[in-house]
Amino acid sequence: MSDTIAAIATPNAPGGIGIVRVSGGEAVAVARRVFSPKRPLDWEHLPGYHMCSGWVCAPGAAPAQRIDEAICLFYRSPKSYTGEDVLELSCHGGQMVLRLVLEAVLAAGARLAQPGEFTKRAYLNGKIDLTEAEAVMQLVQAQSAAAARAAAAALGGALSTKIEAIRTGLTALAANLAASVDYPEEETQTLSPQETGAALSEAQTQLEALLSQCGASAAMHEGVDTVLLGKPNVGKSTLMNRLAGFERTIVTEHAGTTRDTVTERVLLGKALLRLTDTAGIRETQHPVERLGVERSRAAAESAALLLLLLDASQALTQEDHALLDSCDPARTVVLLNKTDIGSCQDTAALRTRFAWVLPISAARGEGMQALTQAVETLLETDALSPEEAMLSTARQKECAGLAAAALREAVRVFHEGFAADILQLLLEEAIQPLYQLTGERATEAVVEELFTQFCVGK
Amino acid sequence: MIVIGAGHAGIEAALASARLGSRTAVFTVNLDWIGNMPCNPAIGGSSKGHLVREIDALGGEMAKAADATAIQCRMLNLGKGAAVHSPRAQIDRRAYADEMKFRLEAQPGLSLRQAEIVSLEPGARGGWVAVSGTGMRYAAACVVLATGTFLRGRIHIGALQYAGGPDGMPPANALSDSLRALGVPLRRFKTGTPPRVHRRSVDLTKTTPQEGDERAVCFSFAATQPPRQRSLCYQTYTTAETKRIITENLDRSPLFGGQIEGVGPRYCPSIEDKIVRFPEKERHPLFLEPCGERTQEMYLQGLSSSLPEEVQMAFLHSIPGLEQCEVMRPAYAIEYDCVDPLALGGSLEFRELPGLFGAGQFNGSSGYEEAAAQGLMAGINAAHGAQGKPAVVLPRESSYIGTLIDDLVTKGCSEPYRMMTSRSEFRLLLRHDTADARLTPLGHALGLADAARLAALRRKEALIDEELLRAARVTLSPCEALNAALEAAGTAGITSGVRLAELLRRPQVSYAVLEGFDPTRPALEPEIFTQAETRLKYEGYIKRQEAAAREFKRLEDVRLPGNINYAEITSLRMEAREKLTKARPETLGQASRISGVNPADVSVLLIHLNSRFTHRLRRG
Repeated sequence: MSDTIAAIATPNAPGGIGIVRVSGGEAVAVARRVFSPKRPLDWEHLPGYHMCSGWVCAPGAAPAQRIDEAICLFYRSPKSYTGEDVLELSCHGGQMVLRLVLEAVLAAGARLAQPGEFTKRAYLNGKIDLTEAEAVMQLVQAQSAAAARAAAAALGGALSTKIEAIRTGLTALAANLAASVDYPEEETQTLSPQETGAALSEAQTQLEALLSQCGASAAMHEGVDTVLLGKPNVGKSTLMNRLAGFERTIVTEHAGTTRDTVTERVLLGKALLRLTDTAGIRETQHPVERLGVERSRAAAESAALLLLLLDASQALTQEDHALLDSCDPARTVVLLNKTDIGSCQDTAALRTRFAWVLPISAARGEGMQALTQAVETLLETDALSPEEAMLSTARQKECAGLAAAALREAVRVFHEGFAADILQLLLEEAIQPLYQLTGERATEAVVEELFTQFCVGK
Repeated sequence: MIVIGAGHAGIEAALASARLGSRTAVFTVNLDWIGNMPCNPAIGGSSKGHLVREIDALGGEMAKAADATAIQCRMLNLGKGAAVHSPRAQIDRRAYADEMKFRLEAQPGLSLRQAEIVSLEPGARGGWVAVSGTGMRYAAACVVLATGTFLRGRIHIGALQYAGGPDGMPPANALSDSLRALGVPLRRFKTGTPPRVHRRSVDLTKTTPQEGDERAVCFSFAATQPPRQRSLCYQTYTTAETKRIITENLDRSPLFGGQIEGVGPRYCPSIEDKIVRFPEKERHPLFLEPCGERTQEMYLQGLSSSLPEEVQMAFLHSIPGLEQCEVMRPAYAIEYDCVDPLALGGSLEFRELPGLFGAGQFNGSSGYEEAAAQGLMAGINAAHGAQGKPAVVLPRESSYIGTLIDDLVTKGCSEPYRMMTSRSEFRLLLRHDTADARLTPLGHALGLADAARLAALRRKEALIDEELLRAARVTLSPCEALNAALEAAGTAGITSGVRLAELLRRPQVSYAVLEGFDPTRPALEPEIFTQAETRLKYEGYIKRQEAAAREFKRLEDVRLPGNINYAEITSLRMEAREKLTKARPETLGQASRISGVNPADVSVLLIHLNSRFTHRLRRG
């Protein structure tokens, strides 16, 4: 288990510096084979948090065949990220250099780390709990400042603390029931039915509140599928480019120029959109264009958010009406584009069906603030406070969901008049996944599942 | 086979071993006190009643002797759900001791011997030699230690302390030294018992009498006649004056004065403990329990104490009904040597001392029922060991017995261990009335439960299944009287025909409520209806627990090699390495239950096993 692993820890992109990380019992031995310090080093008695400069070579290679000049940072177990001996070789950032350094380290006896293996070891060595491990992953993958703040809060234990509070309340309740069953003759201070009912409802409310934020939390952490709809030449690509910040799709005056779907990640406030620009949806005989049209319809059906563009400078056409009819008002924002050219729409009529009808000018960038507001409200990310506890991964959501389901049943069973034995059992069923949520009683399957989601080097 | 001690553990161990064909000798310091009840004159209670029924289902003796000598029976926890219904009986303790002695004497292949065993030595050709105080040497393949509270027993009453066993019997000091010399890890535990008073000196009119159940349930599944129900218990309360007297004399208690080093049970506190720990409580309940039909002695449940006798008298006289009471025996605390059960395997055999087994209070448990349960399993396994047969280890999901032993040998105990329903994660499956279905097939296969028992079980199961089929088939039609009965029970009436099974699923509806509206109901034992009703009401939950038990079994089926060197697995945290080395779990599931071993350690173990022991891994 404690074999020595290595990986490039910095992103797979050119940069100023790049780091190769090595962790395990043989980390020092590996370093001795590939790293020649500029000043003599007492390898046998290296202190923790030690830093020195030198050169990296392949093991056994002549000094002239140096790969790179590097800083070697040494962390002594258990005071390191993984809890094991850790070395970080800070090299120059070229991809080829880093690959050569990694090859040298592997040739010196390390093996390539699996995705997430460093963090997995940190978890296995008790350096972090499961929610904190997940937070590391999300911090690494954060695509917005808000998502990064939320991940940092989770890393600080915001979610663990919240879950622990709920769990403590439930455990107390279960213990109370146990006392009355196991000490029937003692006059234990049993809770009244009202108190029991209230405590159950309170825990359930707190869990449901966490769960109800899951959609918004996912919108913040992972992003939501969003589709730009509208008849050809209504300005979809212009809006896409405006939101994405650079020219992505070909924009011409001719209707039907965009023939394929193009996806772009766009941040609106705290909401991350995976925005797909569709080929102008219209009935067409052109074979290439028809293929694009079908793909657009499929995307629109599965999307969580629809941005429907109408041309404000023209009256609504048959096509516009067909599009409006096909959109689910609960997940649609209607955008009246080209307000800089003219406005001849009956917005009042549209507003009776759609909650969000906004005049914009994609070309001039007008109305973007209102659009952001509308999207945040619709996805409920406006109510999110990144510093508060939230469920951010599918695993956390599943655990909380299981606990909430058990609690819902406990509340039902309690009101139906079922006896203490069932109630106690359901409480335990609710408590168990809450332990699993923070990894305190996780099965190895959960751990494996969790860590395969990590990127290499973390 | 040698059994040291003829208390509740020793009795079951000796009978099981003799019945499995091993020649067995039982040694006790006093043959007149076989199966003595030095504390409360009762058997059963929450989860303990389950243990007694399980012992019976496997072919043990406690249930039969208890049914024969019961003087009052009650089912506890009625109204808290079928899973936790627990039978409990007041027992005539002299009659019980006689009954047990008679049963041991009647057992072929079993010798009873009054002698103190003073040392244990390894035999020249394997096995063990037990040496008596009179210099006799007895050789045996296996020895079961069931020494109760006798080992280096020490009595405390106030500042007074002296070497002694329970109920005025002598302690066993020499054996303790011998065990220590063998490397048995002994430690000190403590327990206590309340005063006994003379019935005629108690004003029972100031107390609340407690009757037994109208229709008593026997402990034994083979019982043919209901137990006797002649005696009453009585309830009264301590007063503010009791509290004052005890508070003022706390410094005279050896518990608070520091003379007692042994660890006492939190769940069975002395009255001075209760008053110190729950100062907000104005009064504490206590029960007067008859010690038998031919004695005037009454046991005062809830009043155990180690205060000086004169203080005991003073606080007793502050209690309604006891103002003039005559104390026949004072309360006392007793300290004794017992083993750290982590030294034992799941078979209750010492891992480092093959052929040596521990059972009962010696293993750190408390209670007659817990002792008997371990005695039975130790007896089975000692006989199997002597005969070269595999050990019998009951899984947690099978029984409270399995849960009890697994807890002891896996988690250990830092105070005397008492069984509780909350200790079982599978308690919906472990109902007292299903003990036969869970364990009698095994008891029969072992040779402890006879064919008639198995046949009776099959008959009962067939009747329950038939009744369930009937309930699913029969429809009750709405009528005014039925709806009135349903509403009286606290549930809604019906407007169209409803299947009997559906009605019985409602928590408020029982067979009794539907009496008279169910014309095709057959004449069956009440037990059949109780079980059918429980199965209907709990169906969904029982299925869930069964699924959970299967899931649980997967970790349980991953066996850990006996020669695994935890000190070498450096990726285990140091605490986990130490705990695993000490407890030496037999399965990964056991490892996961050891306190100080967290899920991360279990993952490390699993990875370690997969990488190095894949070929040795035995599954399912």
